[in-house]
Amino acid sequence: MGNWDRFVETFFNAKVMAKYWPDILSGLFVTIELAALIVVTGLIAGLALALLRSLGIRPLNWLIVFVVDLFRALPPLVIIVLIYFGLPSVDLVPSGFVSTWISLALVLMAFAEEIFWAGITAVPRGQWEAARSTGLSFGQTLLGVVLPQALRITIPPLTNRTIAITKGTALGSVVAVSEILGQASSAVSNSYNPSPLTLGAAAYLVLFLPVVVLGRWIETRFAWKR
Amino acid sequence: MTPPAATPIVRATAIHKHFGALHVLKGVDLEVAERELVFVIGPSGSGKSTLLRCLNRLEEPSSGSVVVDGIDLLDPRTDINHARQRIGMVFQSFNLYPHMTALGNVTLALRKVAGRGRAEADAIGQAALARVGLADRAGHMPAQLSGGQQQRVAIARAIALEPRVMLFDEPTSALDPELVGSVLQVMRELRESGMTMVVVSHEMGFARAAADRVLFMDEGMIVEAGPPAQIFAAPAQERTRAFISQIKHH
Repeated sequence: MGNWDRFVETFFNAKVMAKYWPDILSGLFVTIELAALIVVTGLIAGLALALLRSLGIRPLNWLIVFVVDLFRALPPLVIIVLIYFGLPSVDLVPSGFVSTWISLALVLMAFAEEIFWAGITAVPRGQWEAARSTGLSFGQTLLGVVLPQALRITIPPLTNRTIAITKGTALGSVVAVSEILGQASSAVSNSYNPSPLTLGAAAYLVLFLPVVVLGRWIETRFAWKR
Repeated sequence: MTPPAATPIVRATAIHKHFGALHVLKGVDLEVAERELVFVIGPSGSGKSTLLRCLNRLEEPSSGSVVVDGIDLLDPRTDINHARQRIGMVFQSFNLYPHMTALGNVTLALRKVAGRGRAEADAIGQAALARVGLADRAGHMPAQLSGGQQQRVAIARAIALEPRVMLFDEPTSALDPELVGSVLQVMRELRESGMTMVVVSHEMGFARAAADRVLFMDEGMIVEAGPPAQIFAAPAQERTRAFISQIKHH
């Protein structure tokens, strides 16, 4: 058997793939569900924190900055493990799925808050002054004038960060979440062959390539004529 | 030359403004009568822009009182957003909303603050754009307009709310020289329609032609005030004379 045949036998084993692709597919659906929950809750929470921060209430802002820095500094896996193995000691028993969701949503929230905040502060002060001088309230100015401009600036970094963090769903395999990597790993142990990992990689591409393309489309769609 | 009437539209009294240790306004009194055009000149850093921004509370005076059209702006019970509809402001850097069309810029406050419906706001907005000569630019984005056109949209945005007084903060300073004329023309027409105006600017020709009174400010105080002919030709104060001769040599 030549090197090439051995390579194909190891990573593209048709028999193994045929047996385990339904497992990988079910893992794909778990990953999609988990990713969607993380993106929606993480981005909403991040935006909410950024808007709260723009109110300029000192003690509240210290708290927000502390929480944001905390979740930006901790490795996501550490947060997952802390929640999964730590919360049961206070009589909360989150599943691996919920632990991964909460952990990555908190991390995305932290990074998204920083990105939204940077976008809000990047809008020139003159925009605030013009809007307020016509009688718009603080809230009307923030939501109607400043935020639409801030969101356009934030879309590229936000898309990148969202993809990076959502890929972290693979960490759920550590706390027994049967997402793509978890399914692929157990299939590898059962079949003594790494081909399921190839399927897993393909599943990640199927999921995230469209997201990357969608991000690019959103960037062009929301750019206004300069 | 209208002297301040019995009930001025703007009455600012003993305005002081501190920025930290910096004492920017040192007890300024200003009264502006209805239909009067008051022109404010002075070297940079003299506090003229800060004074203007105190008149709609974009800047909070450290002490003093500001009453515009009978509304005490510094009274905590005053609804400042309501009051600001009566005080139009035009900025040096235009500050149009870049994500909205010219018409969108003009109608935003009409819909959100004045509570007009979309159709009514659009009609008022179109009329305001027509007044500044830009009826055919309603659908353009700010970036598609020249600086002079952008500033005229900004003027339309302010006058659409039918303010009792208009504040101009160096409205032509950011414009290329060939675009200044169109903005001054709109201001002249506004003045002829009877609008009360307070203008901070370096356009001395416009001041000579259109101003009722010229105030010369220096170091946070009003040094001298009078009709343009007097201030420009025969100022009483030495500091005014020095400043006038300086700009004449430009």
